[in-house]
Amino acid sequence: MKYKDYYDTLGVKRDAGAEEIKKAYRKLAHKYHPDVSKDPQGEEKFKEVAEAYETLKDPEKRAAYDQLGSYQPGQDFRPPPDWARQFGDSKSSFEDIDLEDLLAGLAAGRHRAGPGAGQIRMPGQDYEVTAHISLEEAFRGTEVELNLTVPEYDGKGFLHRVPRTFKVRIPKGAADGQRLRLAGRGGKGINGGRDGDLYLNIALHLHPLFRVSGHDLYLDLPLAPWEAVLGATVEVPTLSGPVRLKVPPNTRAGQQLRLSKRGLPKPHGGEGHLFAIAQIVVPTAAGEHERALFKQLADGSTFNPRGHFQQEASSGS
Amino acid sequence: MEAKQVEAVWLTEDREFSLAELAELSGLSEPDLHELVDYGAISPMNPDSPQWVFKGECVVTVRAACRLRVNFDLEPHAVALVVSLLERIHDLEAQLTRLRAQMPHGSQ
Repeated sequence: MKYKDYYDTLGVKRDAGAEEIKKAYRKLAHKYHPDVSKDPQGEEKFKEVAEAYETLKDPEKRAAYDQLGSYQPGQDFRPPPDWARQFGDSKSSFEDIDLEDLLAGLAAGRHRAGPGAGQIRMPGQDYEVTAHISLEEAFRGTEVELNLTVPEYDGKGFLHRVPRTFKVRIPKGAADGQRLRLAGRGGKGINGGRDGDLYLNIALHLHPLFRVSGHDLYLDLPLAPWEAVLGATVEVPTLSGPVRLKVPPNTRAGQQLRLSKRGLPKPHGGEGHLFAIAQIVVPTAAGEHERALFKQLADGSTFNPRGHFQQEASSGS
Repeated sequence: MEAKQVEAVWLTEDREFSLAELAELSGLSEPDLHELVDYGAISPMNPDSPQWVFKGECVVTVRAACRLRVNFDLEPHAVALVVSLLERIHDLEAQLTRLRAQMPHGSQ
């Protein structure tokens, strides 16, 4: 069994009082709790902090934990022999039992929380996991394979952390941050309690072309100055393949051209839109001929893009 | 390792849940959920009906409420306050995402 230093996790001394432990936990929970923290590692860190607090806040569990002695975190150790007797007949069962589960079982009384114990109905645990998918996968729907380490009881009532693989079909309709519920795919219920659920949090990868807002997509549409002035028909990419878009004459930079229903499909029908945002770009190195044409335009045009400067300045004086 | 094929359901506004279902899915009791409604942290779609119905998104909210209550040892009013503030943050983040999406690339 691997040793975990719960005092170190909470950053308190081994002789810390209950109040000090609570304060240390709250401070760390504030920092790492997945519902309030922005730390990408927050969830994992919070689990460690919560596990440490779960043991150290309970005098019985803390005494049992202290009885183990002190080791380096991650160091292999064997619990005292009388623990094996309290837990059943097989010493070797300790090998793959997690320290957290062992202490939980000890405090609750042997096997009380196990499937054979008592007749209290307990719902199975809910699992929550983030699935990272691409925009194309969200558009078409996809299947993901999720690897989770989940607590499960074995036949003897021991709790083990076991790896499980779930294949989940994500129907089209995903948006960033949207949740999927897979009923009954969490932990097994105990004594007839319902099985837990699996919750999936969808996270979309950044896309090199499209930016996502809900089910709408935004795309920069670079236009040459003459295309913006004269209008043009240009080819633009969409998630279902390229389409031809008519850019009206006198299109301004920043103007949004809507490609109706070319966004992400919505879960229960309908689609978001794709917005092409006009950007007027100039050649990085105009050739001699182009320069001559621009010069001709400059000489012949009466257009003053800063005309309002003068107006505003004179009306303000 | 066994692989299980499972079907998924979106938790969106199109899916509706009763108060009893919310209680079952969140781990909060029905009186707890009533308090969240009283404090405005969640709102039924039909507040005047005796049989409240909630949007699917509320499942996410009440599950967070349950976690916050347990992990921070909060009383119901504090849970409602935190949940309301988190909702506001989510709304603001969604607005920020929309504005960023509308900004031309390179000026983000």
